Amino acid sequence: MTVKMDTKEALNTQERKKMGRFGADLKKARGFALGLLIPFILLVVWEATVRFNWVDAYVFPAPTIILQKIVELAQEGTLWGHVGITFFRVIIGFLAGTIAAVVLGSIVGYFKWFEQLMDPLLQAFRSIPSLAWVPLFILWMGIGEPSKVMLIAVGVFFPIYLNIVSGIQGVDRKLIEVGKIYHFTPLQIVRRIIFPASLPSFLVGLRSGVGLGWMFVVAAELMGASQGLGYLLVVGQNTYSPELIIASIILFALLGKATDSLLKTLEARALKWQDNLQNQ
Amino acid sequence: MLEVKQATRTFNDGLAGFKNISFSIQEGETVGILGTSGCGKSTLLRVLSGLDQNFEGAIEIAGLGEQPIGMIFQEPRLMPWLTVKENILFGVKETKRKQVNIQDYLDLVGLSDFGDYYPKDLSGGMAQRTAIARALIGQPDVLLLDEPFSALDAFTKMQLQDLLLKIQKKRLTTMVIVTHDIDEALYLCDRIFILGGQPGTLQAQLPIETAKPRDRGDSFLAAKKADILALLHIEKVVG
Repeated sequence: MTVKMDTKEALNTQERKKMGRFGADLKKARGFALGLLIPFILLVVWEATVRFNWVDAYVFPAPTIILQKIVELAQEGTLWGHVGITFFRVIIGFLAGTIAAVVLGSIVGYFKWFEQLMDPLLQAFRSIPSLAWVPLFILWMGIGEPSKVMLIAVGVFFPIYLNIVSGIQGVDRKLIEVGKIYHFTPLQIVRRIIFPASLPSFLVGLRSGVGLGWMFVVAAELMGASQGLGYLLVVGQNTYSPELIIASIILFALLGKATDSLLKTLEARALKWQDNLQNQ
Repeated sequence: MLEVKQATRTFNDGLAGFKNISFSIQEGETVGILGTSGCGKSTLLRVLSGLDQNFEGAIEIAGLGEQPIGMIFQEPRLMPWLTVKENILFGVKETKRKQVNIQDYLDLVGLSDFGDYYPKDLSGGMAQRTAIARALIGQPDVLLLDEPFSALDAFTKMQLQDLLLKIQKKRLTTMVIVTHDIDEALYLCDRIFILGGQPGTLQAQLPIETAKPRDRGDSFLAAKKADILALLHIEKVVG
């Protein structure tokens, strides 16, 4: 009897979900618009302050001037080269750092003895400010791509590594026992229980990793590059053109936001099973 | 069917766990294990299930099929990233998934329309039903239940007890139920083992010969309950 009651209840929620889908789209659009509100107001105020000469345009150029600069760069055709090479460095460094973190983090998380072997060393490396590596990498690998990618990879490595280790170590022993009842091999336990259970933590690591990737690419390109958004910053400084500096800062912001949103979408897709505030 | 000979598994310098337990269970029989807390009843079940291999003595399960043991825990222990259907199929080998009719199992446990739900959307009773279906789908020779309904409210508990009876009647599964609920044991079991002491030993075996399904308010069961209470020395604590 109560089985039927259960069914009815759940059907109701199912209907409610269908009904709610349209409303949810509306809500999403409204949320998006709300997020744009403050940036828009700031832009207007900024433009106004420059137009009314409350600040000097050669120190603090108006948004329209900056936009012009970006368009100009795009028309010259150099913009794509700068954005492309920066993006390429981040992606390669990010991939390298992620792969290293996944391999090391999984082993450290899974095998206690390996944690005891490796973790103190890795923690010691972690406490070195990553920028301190720059001179060494330049000495070893020259001023070209390898040293830049390496620096980004080092920056990306640690947040992902830490999150993987804590994700794996936090997997509920009770779920692992279910696998043992079915005589799963260790590999099956990893693939079917540990991997999905630690996925949320891994994705958090990826997001903070990509954030650090953008941070380190600036550092790498400031050190010496002939192309890239970080290089544009240096050029802007040397040629007294704040619009170029702000233009590249804005481009960094857009690119960083884009990659983060991409990962966030991926996260929401992969974790729709999670019972949390976001999925209600 | 299931034979345990002089099994011992102790912790804490022999103060917890169980000692020298021997019994045998017939095919299709339902056995309840009752005992005060700390007498090793859950440990016994962990040993029977193979989760705990550090025991002495021998355990034999006759007619070893592909999946000799099915286990239902106190908590549902569903994988939160899998739907109800995928959870039920969790222990089924991928090559065999197409052969089983998952809908049969959903119907059996009363979750016909819930196959695509995630565990977060289920009530406690529905989650435990999913766990029951997951344990049954491998067609285990012996089903072990570790206080399976203790986390549920009284009504859901009664429903699921009836569900177990239905399953037992349909498939003649051999079941071992660890519980601290005397009424549950009296309602479901053909035989009740009383464990006591620290470490626990098998102190008594009570056959319950009434036909199932039983009346929960039966006076015969009430008399049996008094016997069990006496065996568990509950009245000593109260008095």
